[in-house]
Amino acid sequence: MTALALEHVDKRFPTGTLALQGVSLSVGSGEFVSLLGPSGCGKSTVLRLLAGLDQPSAGRVRHPERAAETGFVFQSPTLMPWARVADNVSLPLRLAKQPRAQIDAAVQSALERVGLAEFAQAFPRELSGGMQMRVAIARALVTRASLLLLDEPFAALDEIGRMRLNVELLRLWQQERFTAVFVTHSVMEAVFLSQRVVVMAPRPGRVAQEIRIDAPYPRDESWRASAAFAASCVQVSQALQRAVESAEEAAHA
Amino acid sequence: MPDRGATPRALRFAAPTIAAALALLAWEGAVRLFDIPPYLLPGPWLVLRTLVENFGSLLPSWWFTVKITFAALGLAVLGGAALALLFALSRTLELGLFPFAVVLQVTPVVAVAPLVLILVDNATATVLICAWIVAFFPILSNTAIGLRSADTNLRDLFRLYGASRWQTLRHLLVPSALPYFMAGLRVAGGLSLIGAVVAEFTAGAAGRETGLASRILEASFRTEIPKMFAALVLVSLTGVAIYALMNLLAHLVLRRWHESQR
Repeated sequence: MTALALEHVDKRFPTGTLALQGVSLSVGSGEFVSLLGPSGCGKSTVLRLLAGLDQPSAGRVRHPERAAETGFVFQSPTLMPWARVADNVSLPLRLAKQPRAQIDAAVQSALERVGLAEFAQAFPRELSGGMQMRVAIARALVTRASLLLLDEPFAALDEIGRMRLNVELLRLWQQERFTAVFVTHSVMEAVFLSQRVVVMAPRPGRVAQEIRIDAPYPRDESWRASAAFAASCVQVSQALQRAVESAEEAAHA
Repeated sequence: MPDRGATPRALRFAAPTIAAALALLAWEGAVRLFDIPPYLLPGPWLVLRTLVENFGSLLPSWWFTVKITFAALGLAVLGGAALALLFALSRTLELGLFPFAVVLQVTPVVAVAPLVLILVDNATATVLICAWIVAFFPILSNTAIGLRSADTNLRDLFRLYGASRWQTLRHLLVPSALPYFMAGLRVAGGLSLIGAVVAEFTAGAAGRETGLASRILEASFRTEIPKMFAALVLVSLTGVAIYALMNLLAHLVLRRWHESQR
């Protein structure tokens, strides 16, 4: 079942730049899809369109019925520095005016799921970058979101922290069966996480190729060490290389 | 990045204290050494004695100036913050009204005071209005900038979750603006004291109650220079106290989360 889709979408910015051209993309319910591409290929724009934060210049976007079912994780943790961890996580529920008791229970559970239950009363600046990112994920999941949009969420973390959060994200995805669209510029991260990698090409942004990654879940460090992982990485890298080269040729033609 | 928090507490206290003591000693020493007459430059010791001797007449004046200062500051906070909130809600209003605020700000209060006096015909009200005019702008402009400085991703998040204008204002814009408001308050605190004193110089001492500016003027007419210095010292100390108070306030409000309070 298709959870959300872009159909022949163009996006032109007010500056005149054509950010996306003829992008069609459908994401199945409960699927884990990565958008991979060089900077300037419109990955983040696709995500904003899927979230309903931007409108397409042409074409159609199909969202989930209710916005509250969408969680968004930005490249930076994007926490409110003046609010304690629990108050950051409870934000979506408070904005939806849910009853207090219900909010407290949901926040408690969301923090437990990301392993931060004992930090509920901390302020964001007291936490490490990786922990702040987990708070952001808890906030995205606290509404029991059926769709999680992630915009290079772990790009600013060190390698170890990024690997750990990748594993944790997959664990949450398996538990909660939300649909995940994950933007990244890392081939390995895309291959590690997703069922399908959508390779995008720049100027204007478009879908160059879609590659299935058929390894079973749960995936963990042994998947990262396997020959199949390496083979998939090579395949995706080559697709990415071709996408970039074709864009460069088009620019010089 | 140098760790500024690592400055020893003792040094933070000792350095300015020793510097101040040395400056006072040098002043007193110079006055005695060169035998400068007190009607040109009184030494700090004489100023202190004059201050104590005239405390009875200076205290009511000081209290009057302090009252004006805080009343003006309070009105500036109310008016400045309220107008900034309106600006945050309506860009049109901001574009239309901000120039008025700028005109109010750039016109020297010394030049405005006689005009205000003609219009309101009350010296105390004139002093209050002038002090308010100078304190108002930093609050307004800082708060207005602060309200516009909320993180763009957080704004998107509020949109994504369907926050109302009021919710966005209350949960995002106002907290984001708080550090800016506090910085404005610190500037406005000092300015409203300056406004209260300067306006009294020009508006004159027509009222029943008069402030420190009138004492300074009086003393200068009678060439009671030590008394003039004593009143000046009171003004300065009051300014320092207001500055410290605003710092304390900012610290209490922001210490848990803002970088400026690390």
